[in-house]
Amino acid sequence: MHKILLIIQREYTTRVQKKSFIILTLLMPVLMAAMMFLPGYFMSMDDEQIRTVAVYDGSSVFLGRLENSEFTKYKFIPKEEYQIAKQDIKNSSYYALLVIEPTFLITKTVQVISGSNIPWDLKSQIQDKIQGVIEKDKMAEVVRQTAIPDLEQKIAATKTHINIDTIKVGIGGEAKKSSTEIGMVLGYIFGFMIYLFIFIYGTMVMQGVMEEKQSRIVEVIISSVRPFQLMMGKIVGIAFVGLTQFALWVILGVAIFSASKSFYPGASHVQQIQNVMAQNQGAAQQAVAPQMDKVQEIFSMVDTINFPLLIGCFIFFFIGGYLLYSSMFAAVGSAIDAQEDAQQFMLPITLPIILSIMVMMSAIKNPEGPIAFWFSIIPFTSPIVMMARIPFGVPVWQLALSMVLLVATFVAMVWLTGKIYRTGILMYGKKPSWKEIGKWLMYKS
Amino acid sequence: MELFSTKEVSKTYASQQALTKVSISVEEGTIFGLLGPNGAGKTTLIRIINQITAPDSGSVWFDGRLLKTSDISQIGYLPEERGLYKKMKVGEQALYLGQLKGLSRRDAMKELKIWFEKFEITAWWDKKVMELSKGMQQKVQFICTVLHKPRLLIFDEPFSGFDPINADIVTREILQMKKDGATIIFSTHNMESVEQLCDHIALIDKSKKILDGPTKQIREKYKSNIYDISYRGEFDSDNNNISLKYNILSHQQNGNGNKLSIQYPDGSTSSELIRDLVNHVEIISFNEVIPSMNEVFIKVVKQNS
Repeated sequence: MHKILLIIQREYTTRVQKKSFIILTLLMPVLMAAMMFLPGYFMSMDDEQIRTVAVYDGSSVFLGRLENSEFTKYKFIPKEEYQIAKQDIKNSSYYALLVIEPTFLITKTVQVISGSNIPWDLKSQIQDKIQGVIEKDKMAEVVRQTAIPDLEQKIAATKTHINIDTIKVGIGGEAKKSSTEIGMVLGYIFGFMIYLFIFIYGTMVMQGVMEEKQSRIVEVIISSVRPFQLMMGKIVGIAFVGLTQFALWVILGVAIFSASKSFYPGASHVQQIQNVMAQNQGAAQQAVAPQMDKVQEIFSMVDTINFPLLIGCFIFFFIGGYLLYSSMFAAVGSAIDAQEDAQQFMLPITLPIILSIMVMMSAIKNPEGPIAFWFSIIPFTSPIVMMARIPFGVPVWQLALSMVLLVATFVAMVWLTGKIYRTGILMYGKKPSWKEIGKWLMYKS
Repeated sequence: MELFSTKEVSKTYASQQALTKVSISVEEGTIFGLLGPNGAGKTTLIRIINQITAPDSGSVWFDGRLLKTSDISQIGYLPEERGLYKKMKVGEQALYLGQLKGLSRRDAMKELKIWFEKFEITAWWDKKVMELSKGMQQKVQFICTVLHKPRLLIFDEPFSGFDPINADIVTREILQMKKDGATIIFSTHNMESVEQLCDHIALIDKSKKILDGPTKQIREKYKSNIYDISYRGEFDSDNNNISLKYNILSHQQNGNGNKLSIQYPDGSTSSELIRDLVNHVEIISFNEVIPSMNEVFIKVVKQNS
């Protein structure tokens, strides 16, 4: 027992002290944060190029009615100038040419001619402005014809936003507000993290075994400890490396999150917008108010999720799935001499993992369906698929069955792979066939 | 007193017979040579001694009882294909291997200091193994093998990778350990070192033990009536009755001394050879040729095939 602790200790410390480990551990939260915040940041960054759009209005509907926005100026030009500009838009002083034909009111189509690709922003801005003008005219026409007082305000007041509360009824008839969206996000995150953990650290186990075999130190070590102790010591040591990394990420993530919260005036900013909106009337406020409700709702729903259960299950399936797969990775590492030979033996290991991720995607959409159910019970896919289901609530018997099967399978798998490992680490030379590996299972120790 | 023995140990891998009823007995405080051509089964036997694999049948004995798992702390093994963790530091690694053999960290540290000073490698302590030359790595590995002062040492080709100076240092250390009471199983293809070091040998070929005994006795047994003679006087090896009766293997005549290597036929004796020779020349020296282990090895293995 003392010796296996020594092995665990060595596997752990040599890896944790590596530069690559430290760099990856520090960099990952930064990368994750960048991945979450950068797109938003870029989106929010204003397009600050000032563009002048020349407008030729053949219909005479819009003359003087397209207001300049901060970075886009609209300049109405007469037909003669339009015909010159049209010839050579690239060398004219205009960014684009908006052409409204005399037939516009029938065709409902305008043209934008430009020497470059028109940004999506600009296109939708022009669309909005033209639609706005037309809608206003139509509204005025309706008001004039019907002569109903305050019709405009009355129509605006008909715009309605509906909230849907999804209520999940528990066994005792106790009703809980649940959130499908939050369930999906959490299921996805947790399932995906188990997937990553199995892959990264399973491969690390395989490489560790191969390193020992290639450097030939393995024979020295197994003259001191049983091969099984060496294999388990490696697997457990690397599991601790993974848990350490995970814990550090959580700590760093929380630190970065709270730090960024104090730097960015997030909450007060929202408040400001709300105040500004409150001063305006009508539809604008109506559109924002439900969003504010939504934020509140998310917070209250996050509170309804059973986090102790979620995290407890996460650690269980994390470890269970890792043990199951890493023992197989260890067997592969023991059977081969060189990295290039790994491919053939990796396939049966990677297939169920990739299948799990695919099933997970459908499981977060339909967590109670037969596919989600069966794949969350079958041990090879259960760590990932069950994890995706748990935020939605899983019956206790299913969870228990899945856990028992997982434990039973990894015990059996560790026993089997231990036999392959024991023989494999001492075999050099040609790449073994599946048949030979089968024979190794029969060897007496 | 016997420290270690195997009794009718057999081992089969798939369809290949690796060992067939091999029995050896190793006396305490001796060096036992385990010889045999490549693929004869030596490595399998060594792995059985180290409990890396178990025999299919037969038994392994240590210190008068059946070998137990805990005995590995009393065995030191230097495999032929050796290696260390390349990216680990020398000192740290030696400490780790020592602790795996059951030493406490403190004892391992104490012993390591002594050995590192003896081999003059203290400066390497914080170097990574990959920064060392092959010979340097072999030294570190040798130390890791003997660090826990095992009662039984198994050396598989211990001199490979060493230059003559370092090989000499290692030879001295092996002899010193023998003097201090250690028992050594020594497997090699270098027959000169067998003659120099081994008290007893066993030869394994095609999974079976085909020769076993004290080194001296075996060489005596395989001598073949050959004598080296130096003489004074004129002797014509072609034209007299000597060349008809005896087999002349080599003959040198020059000013300083004349030498003759000669073999008498079975049924004859050395006295008869002397009697025949003194009629022709004056004998200065007369020595029986004892075959080298190399010759014995080749002869026995060839006979067996």
